[in-house]
Amino acid sequence: CYCHCECYSKPKGFFYVCIIYLLAIKVGCSVPAARKTGTTICGVVFKDGVVLGADTRATEGMIVADKNCSKIHYISPNIYCCGAGTAADTEMTTQLISSNLELHSLSTGRLPRVATANRMLKQMLFRYQGYIGAALVLGGVDCNGPHLYSIYPHGSTDKLPYVTMGSGSLAAMAVFEDRYKPDMEEDAAKQLVRDAIAAGIFNDLGSGSNIDLCVITKSKVNYIRPHDEANKKGVRTGDYKYKRGTTGVLTKAVTPIDLELLEESVQTMDTS
Amino acid sequence: MLEEAAPEWLSEEVKTGTTIIGIEYDGGVVLGSDSRVSAGETVVNRVMNKLSPLHDKIYCALSGSAADAQTMAEIVNYQLDVHSIEIGEDPQVRSAATLVRNISYKYREELSAHLIVAGWDRRNGGQVFATMKGLLTRQPFAVGGSGSSYVYGFVDAEYRRGMSKQECQQFVVNTLSLAMNRDGSSGGVAYIVTIDEHGTEEKVILGNQLPTFFDQ
Repeated sequence: CYCHCECYSKPKGFFYVCIIYLLAIKVGCSVPAARKTGTTICGVVFKDGVVLGADTRATEGMIVADKNCSKIHYISPNIYCCGAGTAADTEMTTQLISSNLELHSLSTGRLPRVATANRMLKQMLFRYQGYIGAALVLGGVDCNGPHLYSIYPHGSTDKLPYVTMGSGSLAAMAVFEDRYKPDMEEDAAKQLVRDAIAAGIFNDLGSGSNIDLCVITKSKVNYIRPHDEANKKGVRTGDYKYKRGTTGVLTKAVTPIDLELLEESVQTMDTS
Repeated sequence: MLEEAAPEWLSEEVKTGTTIIGIEYDGGVVLGSDSRVSAGETVVNRVMNKLSPLHDKIYCALSGSAADAQTMAEIVNYQLDVHSIEIGEDPQVRSAATLVRNISYKYREELSAHLIVAGWDRRNGGQVFATMKGLLTRQPFAVGGSGSSYVYGFVDAEYRRGMSKQECQQFVVNTLSLAMNRDGSSGGVAYIVTIDEHGTEEKVILGNQLPTFFDQ
């Protein structure tokens, strides 16, 4: 609860979270928004495989909750999935299908196919009638070649040579529609995906920070995180600290306090 | 867009907007559809093939909610596979349409998709069935989707009994072209599927090859 009201004095804990939430709404405080991944994600099929790309910003309402989150999730050794929408939903959905797919792959004795992952994901999302807010870009290479699918929260899917999802999808799609060609080389495809994500990062408020890439081919998977640090934090050039002696000291009295050191632990702050 | 960073398509359901049409002739059927899939105001797929195979010689045309329509088509595809193994021969078009109708009717409050089922079987030749909201009716031709409203006048005036295969295909292409011009939710390319005794023929007609009318 991000507001100053009497709900602070109530005992906290898992059971009371719902009650505090409802109280907060009644009192009129703004309740914490679910962490969404705002996001620009995209994928492209090239000559030897697929390239998946994603930005790395996770938002909670209008605040950036995570400046470097990973949106490209592992499904199987040859299949990866980018997720947009509610971060928890994409995380849990991809993990569940990844687990089921591994069991399925052990049962069949074969490398899993992208179409199988697509069916499992769409059937689960349809069952929940859109309440699981997961919009996914699924890509991989299997015995039938490279495949790319986009999967929507209500359970519909599209199989296309290039797809974009997320709040920055329109910016990224503009780049794809301009420069996509069939059967590109790996470097051209990586550059195209990088540029599409960059368009999303710089023109959409919900996307930002770095660009992650995942290149999947028949022989190997190249998970490049980060591929491009497009928004590196600058180094401060000046300092507002005053030198010792700027203010004159009239009197000084020192009182030592005897303390016994029981335990020392260091926790670094994330200043990236 | 300072007040809302979440895109509308995350809350808006993906619809296939659509214009779909099925018409029978002596010896087969012709099915046609546009290719636009929209979520709110955004086009999310401009080349979707809405003519989905249910069996070798039975196709269905999807319209309405994309998730509902795709799921219905996949379930009926599976059920028809089982059914055709059970009877040991190719299923009738009426059976396929009945399976679609059973799902549409049972879940009519939850689903919002309309499928037009068309195909060829040995017993009754080419047949077109409409299955909206759980009804099952065989018609000489059927139109569906948001774009169909704009072409009811055209199809009613132009349809004649006893058209040949080529005339049917031209009729379908003309109807799709007119609807795509007037309906915002229809567009892209036109997909045509012709099913007869000898097989199934799929064709794509790109945007610039579609017939033009007086205002173009």
